[in-house]
Amino acid sequence: MQEGKPLQSKQINRELLLTILNSPKWFFTTVSVLGIIVMVAMGAAGYMINQGFGVTGLNRPVMWGFFITNFVFWIGISHAGVMLSAILRLSKAEWRRPATRAAEILTVFSLMTAMTMPLIHTGRPWRTVYWIYTLPFVPYDYARGIWPNVRTPLVWDPSAVYTYLTSSILFVVVALIPDFAVLRDRTTGMSHRIYGLLAMGWQGNARQWKLQIIAGVLLSALILPVFVSVHSIVSWDFGMAVSVKSWHSTVFAPYFVVGAVHSGVSAVAFVLILLRYVYGWQNYIRHEHIDALARLLVVVATGWFYFLVMEILFGFYGREADEIAVRDYQFMVSPWNIWMMIFVGVTYFLPVAIWLSRSARRNLWIMSLACISVNIGMWLERFLIIVPGLARKQLLTFDWYTYTPSAVEWIIVGGTFAMVTMLMLVIARVVPLIPLYDIKEGEILRTEIKIGRVTVPAVFRED
Amino acid sequence: MVTTNKIKHKWGMVVDLDRCTGCQACVIACQAENNIPINTKDYFQQRRAYEWIRIERYWEGEFPNVKAKFIPILCQHCENAPCEPVCPVFATYHNDEGMNVQVYNRCIGTRYCSVNCPYSARMFNYWQPNWPDSLRNQLNPDVTVRTRGIMEKCTFCVQRLRRGEVNVEQRGIEPLTGEKITGERKLNYRQMQEGNYLPACVQSCPTNALQFADQYDETGPVKERFDEANEIVEKRHHGEHIDENHTRTYRLFEEVGASPNLIYLKKVEPFPLEKRPR
Repeated sequence: MQEGKPLQSKQINRELLLTILNSPKWFFTTVSVLGIIVMVAMGAAGYMINQGFGVTGLNRPVMWGFFITNFVFWIGISHAGVMLSAILRLSKAEWRRPATRAAEILTVFSLMTAMTMPLIHTGRPWRTVYWIYTLPFVPYDYARGIWPNVRTPLVWDPSAVYTYLTSSILFVVVALIPDFAVLRDRTTGMSHRIYGLLAMGWQGNARQWKLQIIAGVLLSALILPVFVSVHSIVSWDFGMAVSVKSWHSTVFAPYFVVGAVHSGVSAVAFVLILLRYVYGWQNYIRHEHIDALARLLVVVATGWFYFLVMEILFGFYGREADEIAVRDYQFMVSPWNIWMMIFVGVTYFLPVAIWLSRSARRNLWIMSLACISVNIGMWLERFLIIVPGLARKQLLTFDWYTYTPSAVEWIIVGGTFAMVTMLMLVIARVVPLIPLYDIKEGEILRTEIKIGRVTVPAVFRED
Repeated sequence: MVTTNKIKHKWGMVVDLDRCTGCQACVIACQAENNIPINTKDYFQQRRAYEWIRIERYWEGEFPNVKAKFIPILCQHCENAPCEPVCPVFATYHNDEGMNVQVYNRCIGTRYCSVNCPYSARMFNYWQPNWPDSLRNQLNPDVTVRTRGIMEKCTFCVQRLRRGEVNVEQRGIEPLTGEKITGERKLNYRQMQEGNYLPACVQSCPTNALQFADQYDETGPVKERFDEANEIVEKRHHGEHIDENHTRTYRLFEEVGASPNLIYLKKVEPFPLEKRPR
C-alpha cells in the first residue's frame, strides 16, 4: 500500500520536467562554484604530475594512500545503481521507482570519477593511458607485442570497471528512451533535434514498449554478475597482495561488495533527499521511499558489520606476529585507534540506531545525517584498511612508517566530490532524474477499484 | 649485448650476518655503481631514500646489556617473486639467470610491486633525480639514470655481468686482470662464474659477509648453502624435525613463499643475552 495522493500523467510531466525546461536561479552559480573546485583539483593533479610524486605524503612502506582510498570509495558508491535498479526491478519492489534513475546516473558518474584516480596515482600517467587503458582511441600496442599482464588485479580492475561502466550507460540509456521522447515532444529547435536523435524514433506503441521492457529486464539480469564481480575484483587489489598481512584475506570480496552496497545505497538515499528538497518533488520522493531504503540499509549494514568482525577475527585467529602488529597499530596506536572508533561508530552504530526508529526514518534531516555518516565511515574504512596495512607490512620494524596526506592529495580528493556533484546537477538539467514512465506505470498499478465491499487493484500484471 | 652463453646460470647471494659489522660500505658502493641519487636528509626524513641495499639496525636487550644487530636488505631476487605477477605492464619479470629484472622503460609507476614486496626492497622515484655538477662526470655509463615516477631496485649489478660477457665471450679478455684468454680457457665459461662477476656490494664488503656466485657452480662458495637451505625447506614441507641449533641457514620471510635467491646465515643464540655467563 503506497502513500500519497494519486498523480495525473500531465502533472507528472509538468513537475518532473521542471528542472529541464527551465532551470532555477541558483543552478549556474552552484555549477560554476563546483566547476572552479574541479578546476583547482585538476590544477593540483597537473602540478603533481609536473613535479613528481614527492608532493604527496606517500613514502616507501606506504606507497598507496588517498588516491586508492578514493578510488575504492567511488567504486563503492557506484554499486547503488545496480543494487537499486537491477535487483529491485527483478524483485518487483514498487518503492524503487523514483530512485532508479538517480542511482544509475550516480553509478555512471562515480565510476568515471573513480577511474581517474588510478590514472593519476601512477607515476607516469601518459604511459598508463598508452599501455593499460583500452580507451577507444588508444588500443593495445599489440603490433609490438606489448600486452598487459593478465595476472595482475590492476588489469582485471579496468576490465571489470569498464564492463560495468558500459553496461550501466546502456542501462541508463535504455531506460531513458521513453523520457527522451517526452522531451522531444516538448522542446523546439536544437534541443528538439538532439532529443529526437536520442529517442531513436520512439512512438510509444506496444511493440516498442515490449522491447524496452525486455531490454530492461535482460540488462538487469546480465548486469548482476558484473555488479558482484566489480567490487570483488577491486577487493582483490588488496586480497591478492601476499606480502601485506592484513590485506591478504579471502573474506575481502564479499566484505567489499556488501560495504559498497552499504555506502552506495546510503549515497542514493542522500541524493534523493537532496533532490526532493532542491526541486520540490515531495509527491514523488515520499517518506515511504526513504523509509524503505533505510529498512534495506539496516539489513545491508548488519551484513557488512558481520564481515567487518569476521575480517578482524580472522586476523587475530592466526596469531601471527606480523598480523598482530598491524592490528595493534590499527586499534592501539593514536591516531589510528581514534579513527577506528569513529569509523565503526559512524558506519554502523549511529546510522543503524537511527534507522531502527520509524520516526527517525521519516525525518529527512536525521536520515541525511545517517547517510552522510555512513559515507564518511566507508571512506574511513578503506583508508583504515589501506594505510595501516602498508605501514606495518612485515616484521622489518626498521621500515615501519606512517602516512600523512599532503595538501595536493586533499585538494584532489575534494575535487572528486565536487566533480560528482557537478555532473549530477548538470545531468539534472538535461534528463529527468526521476523516470517519468516508471512513475506513471506505478500510478497505474496502484489504482484501485471497488467491487461491492472489496477494494481490488484495477490493473493486473501478468508475469 | 646478446648473451651467447650456453651454460645455465642461477645467481645467488649468501649474507653472513655473523660477519656483518654494519659498516655501510656496501651501501656506498651500490650508490656509486648504480647511479643512485644522493640521499639527502629530507629524503630520509620523508622515508623516500633510495637504498638498493640498506643496513637495518636492530637493538637487542636492555641497556647496558644492549647489542646492535645488523641485517643488510636488498632485493632478494625471489624465484616466486610477489612483485612480478602484479605488474600490469611486465615491467618486472624473472630472467633465466635467476634474477628479478626491472625494465625502466616499461614501468608506469603503479607502485603495486613495492606494495607487494615483503622486503620493501623496491624504491619509487618520487622526484626527478638530481646530481650536483661536480658529480655529473662520476655517473656510471653502463647504468641507466632513472626518471621520476618509476620503480627501481637492486639488479645484482647486471651491467657487470653483461660487461663480463662481452669481455670474455666476444673479446676474450679476462675481466679482472685484463689479460687475453688463450686457447681452451676461452671456451671455459667458468671465467664468468667465480670472482669475475661480482656485484659492487660484494666486492666492497671488508668482512666478506656477502658472497655471490652461481648456484649451479659445484665448487662455488654458495652452492653448499643453497643446498642446505633447500633441504630445510623440503624438510619443513614434509613436517620433519629441523635442528635449528645446527644450521645457520635461513631465508628471510620464508613463510611468504617467495623463495628468494638470497640466503642469510645467523647463529642462533643459545640463550638470551642477559643470562649469558660473564
